[in-house]
Amino acid sequence: MSETTTQTTIQKSTAGRRFRLPAVHDRYFRGSLTAIAVLFCAVCLTLVVTLVIQARPAFAHFGFSFLTGTTWDPVRAHYGALPFIIGTLETTAIAMMLAIPIGLGTALFLVHVLPTRIRSPLSTAVELLAAVPSVVYGLWALLVVAPWVRTIIEPALAHITGGAGPFSGVQLGVGLLLAGLILFVMVLPTMVAISRDVITAVPADQVEAAYALGATRWQVLLRVVLPSARVGLLGAVTLAMGRALGETIAVTMVIGNSTAIAHSLFAPSATLASIIANQFTEATEPFHLASLIGLGVVLLAVSIVVNAAARLLVRSVGNRGTSSVALV
Amino acid sequence: MSAEYSDARAPSSRSWWRLVAALAVTSSVAITAMSLPAAAAKHHKKKVPVDPYITQDLTAPGGALTGAGSTFDQPFFTKAFFEFNAKIPAVTVNYASIGSGGGIAQFQAKTVNFGATDVPMSPADIAKATGGQVLQVPIALGGVSVSYNLPNVKTGLKLTPAVLANIFLGNIKTWNDPAIKKLNPKVSLPSANIETVHRADGSGTTYIFTNYLSTISTAWSTGPGTGKSVSWPNGVAGQGNEGVAGLIQQTPDSIGYVELAYALQNNFTYAAIKNAAGKYVLPSLKSVATAAAQKPNITTVNFPIVDEPGAGSYPISGYSWALIYQLQPSSTTGTTLVDLLDWMTHAPGQAVAATLDYVPLPANIQALARSTLLQVTGPDGKTVLLTNGQSTS
Repeated sequence: MSETTTQTTIQKSTAGRRFRLPAVHDRYFRGSLTAIAVLFCAVCLTLVVTLVIQARPAFAHFGFSFLTGTTWDPVRAHYGALPFIIGTLETTAIAMMLAIPIGLGTALFLVHVLPTRIRSPLSTAVELLAAVPSVVYGLWALLVVAPWVRTIIEPALAHITGGAGPFSGVQLGVGLLLAGLILFVMVLPTMVAISRDVITAVPADQVEAAYALGATRWQVLLRVVLPSARVGLLGAVTLAMGRALGETIAVTMVIGNSTAIAHSLFAPSATLASIIANQFTEATEPFHLASLIGLGVVLLAVSIVVNAAARLLVRSVGNRGTSSVALV
Repeated sequence: MSAEYSDARAPSSRSWWRLVAALAVTSSVAITAMSLPAAAAKHHKKKVPVDPYITQDLTAPGGALTGAGSTFDQPFFTKAFFEFNAKIPAVTVNYASIGSGGGIAQFQAKTVNFGATDVPMSPADIAKATGGQVLQVPIALGGVSVSYNLPNVKTGLKLTPAVLANIFLGNIKTWNDPAIKKLNPKVSLPSANIETVHRADGSGTTYIFTNYLSTISTAWSTGPGTGKSVSWPNGVAGQGNEGVAGLIQQTPDSIGYVELAYALQNNFTYAAIKNAAGKYVLPSLKSVATAAAQKPNITTVNFPIVDEPGAGSYPISGYSWALIYQLQPSSTTGTTLVDLLDWMTHAPGQAVAATLDYVPLPANIQALARSTLLQVTGPDGKTVLLTNGQSTS
């Protein structure tokens, strides 16, 4: 009896609230939202247009060889972006190769292994990692991690693999490997936080049904949770990758900044973002400046291509059926 | 359904308030932080100007001057502007050390009163300046030291120009190469590979160093060449002097170049370099000053002071330059600006520079700065420099 009364009261008050706003407010709200959206698009468009206009001298002069050239020589005004495109893709690949299994594992552990009581403080701790400024990551990597990489990780890798191919060369600490490692640490919170949300959103009845059928935890995670969360997880990967592609300060501090294409994981390299950060302030030659802005355009293009590829992947996976949770 | 709706609403409006509160706190902190320098400036106004070098007229006009450019000048500028403000409280200077390139761009666009650059503006740069004739005043002098990290060699490494160039070209690959051994018979050199370290960011320090290498080595001048950023044949790179210094300290068997003031303040190892007179000279304020004195007539085109003659000259050094327009749109601002630069380039300002391990400008360069500043006029065509050639105390 009393329950019914309470419910009626709530319904009344909610109804009152819902219809108190006149329709005109609704229109204002809609109008302001539209304005914000248009403004945002305009800012994006202006950014792209400005970049392209300022980079035009470089594109016009070097043409396609701006993308394929391997020399970056400010003294002789000869600019090719290939070493930086490769460096960007390589560091991102290293970071994602580590972040995907470890981030996913952490998320599964948080949601399906840990007791609920411990889950939320631990999740918060992981998310706090995302709030650490990248310059702090960079300093930590340069001063603390680099000596470890030089004296432990790189010799160990060289020893295990016999020092061949990507594990050859001088062990300096700074370089491609360290940049990839620090990017991995930086994208991990994104990866974990989104994966956790996606995994939490997997319908509990499906999981419970699987357990009821006698599935082990391993079977539940592998056959029920992961397939169901697939699309959302790819979204997590896309966002993490976006951060890895564009990260500047931390990478600049630890990548070793060589304008040559790296032939080893241990070798110094450079990314599109790091070379811009390094040379922009002192670029007085017009061609130098245009070429650096050109690198900005290339970075934008690389990000779009990588994102589009990830989206296509999401769509192709989504079409295969089972997935019910989508985040992006 | 509706019960859920109303439940969901309450916390969301609460979190709105939290957001608003957080914003309020953040912005009030930011505003407080921004008003701190103003408070500090007020505090200094109580002091009475005592420097006889600066005429009392300066206290009236002027106000805040703005400048932008070289990071090399930044420690000197910061301290000099602080001292100047303590003497003439009406004059405050805001300097953005955004790099020479940015300084030149802002100066060209007239968004700052003065610029600062480690390499003088080229005629092409000057052509793009929108404020008329450009004057460039030598304002600071510095050297570049060659630092190394050899675990068993703390001091006493000697290098010739040819060996130095070959190390950075990658022709000399190991420390016990006969060419290095011959110069350092008493030093126990390891068989390890030489790791070269250079600057990743475009910098005047790199310009001076590569200018030196180009001067003494044709292989270098026809190879990587001279510039604030060059295409290095090998090695790793760090950002700024601290980045290079950090890499050298972390990497055994490495060698790199660091701005002298930074090396002196951090007790760095540095090599003695053989100068044009055939003597091995360590970098120091004195040896750089000796080198600078060898070239009394620098111009904005012929400005390098590398590989200078003289037994005591250190061969790798260079000037930094302040940029001003010859025609100042306001006489009062012009007077303040020009007197500030005159103060900085003469005894009182250079004493400040020396406390930060900048090399004091030689007398003839101080005279060059004075004669350049005397060319600056207000809109009425009159010279704006008040000290007007007075003797410096």
